[in-house]
Amino acid sequence: MSLHKGRGFACINYPIGMNLGGDPSQALVHSTPDGKFMVTLSAIDLGQGMKSVTRQIAAETIGVPVEDVYVDTADSDTGPHDMGSFASRGTHRVGNAVIQAAKEARGVMLEAAAEELEVNAGDLETDGHGNIHVKGAPGRTITVEQTAIAAQFRQGRTISGRGIFLIPMSDVDPDTGEMTPVSCFAHAAVVVDLQVDDETGEVEVLEVNSAYEVGRALNPKMVEQQLIGGAWMGISHALYETTEPYYPNRDHGPTDFNQYLMPGAGQVVNHNIAVLERPAEDAPFGGKGPGEMCANPLLPAVANAVYNAVGVRCDTLPITPEKVLRGILVNGGAQNRGG
Amino acid sequence: MAKTPVQFTLNDKETAVFVDGGANLLDVLRRVVGDLSPKYGCGQGTCGTCTVLIDGEPRLSCLTLAETVSDQSIETTGGLADGPDLHPLQRVFMEQFAAQCGYCTPGMLMAAKALLARNPNPQREDVIEAISGNICRCTGYEPIIDAILDAAGEMRGRVS
Ligand code: FES
Ligand code: FES
Repeated sequence: MSLHKGRGFACINYPIGMNLGGDPSQALVHSTPDGKFMVTLSAIDLGQGMKSVTRQIAAETIGVPVEDVYVDTADSDTGPHDMGSFASRGTHRVGNAVIQAAKEARGVMLEAAAEELEVNAGDLETDGHGNIHVKGAPGRTITVEQTAIAAQFRQGRTISGRGIFLIPMSDVDPDTGEMTPVSCFAHAAVVVDLQVDDETGEVEVLEVNSAYEVGRALNPKMVEQQLIGGAWMGISHALYETTEPYYPNRDHGPTDFNQYLMPGAGQVVNHNIAVLERPAEDAPFGGKGPGEMCANPLLPAVANAVYNAVGVRCDTLPITPEKVLRGILVNGGAQNRGG
Repeated sequence: MAKTPVQFTLNDKETAVFVDGGANLLDVLRRVVGDLSPKYGCGQGTCGTCTVLIDGEPRLSCLTLAETVSDQSIETTGGLADGPDLHPLQRVFMEQFAAQCGYCTPGMLMAAKALLARNPNPQREDVIEAISGNICRCTGYEPIIDAILDAAGEMRGRVS
């Protein structure tokens, strides 16, 4: 038996969102009587942090502390319409809708404050700590809470805002075949180092090095966790996971977690990540969101590394020991390739 | 169907319930007692999210007959915090982003608590071993392992 080391590279140009007849997201923002803000969405957080990021975006836009903003994604019946959390579109589409709604709410808030302070709304600014004051005269001030109370109980005004972000339907040009389905792309490049056992056919990933370009990382810690978890998922798809049976009969397929192969805590691979920030023009505060792209490039990188290590080109996933061994057999032995 | 009276402590609180024959502990905790902190993942002992401590040992509550826990002490994630103060494991999990969807988190926390009780100074391999029965789909495990090691360090510092 011997172990063969291999290195594989892959990169990705990843479109954010999708375009099947147009791709809209909506957001509604309103203030409670005590000057907190509620953002209502119908896209949900699957755990990667869309709720936290839209909360940051709303707070930054309205000009209030992040603690004073709540994001409610409870119900797509009662919330505004959204296409949903998929296609890596959350940060970009929903974030942009939140900015529009938050801007409108901020406008009403400043008008209400202006009425109380007897000045022009255009002369007011927020300090991000829950206060509104006259530009250049910080002494002439009112809190966001007092403003909300005045709007609600004295002025009869709703401090609220509506937002929609739409990437319109892009038809295929009948002459050229061209279309513009998306407005923004994220990018990544990954290098996978692994070793292949030519007796058992087993592949062990040793290290991953990656660079991800995600626009601005709106919440760097969450970007990192999503990249680590997503890359692990990519490796898992490349080497282990399938609902299809390995053998001709479908009955041999996995039916539960006992048989469905997934790497566990013992197979964690060292992963060094470089996050490159190039804020995108049409993205909320420049953030595109990592999404599905965290996982995708790992699959071809693993396949390339296996080819480099033993000369076996697997074109179906996952790359199981059986496929590796059959490939080695056909080639008449393990051969280092393409390196 | 005849019901069986079962008495145990749940997070140090005396608890008495009537359970159906064959009922599993996870169902009894969630539906009869109303402690929703242990989660139902697979219901067949393969995911680990229903892990609770029975007399200090991590056990899969979905595979434990409720009738068998008489007079035993049961701990769940619901009892980890001390009023508003989170348990160090909970706090470090939160601070270090060791959860995404959070579905595996209760099981991870209880498996980690049992580990730290018997081995306050675990090595990385010990942590991996301790959570090897718990599946996480989101994090890639790395942040969870790091969080448990850091919480261990913090808890040792506190005791000495
Ligand atoms: S629910 Fe008990 S192990 Fe999955
Ligand atoms: S955080 Fe989603 S399963 Fe672990």
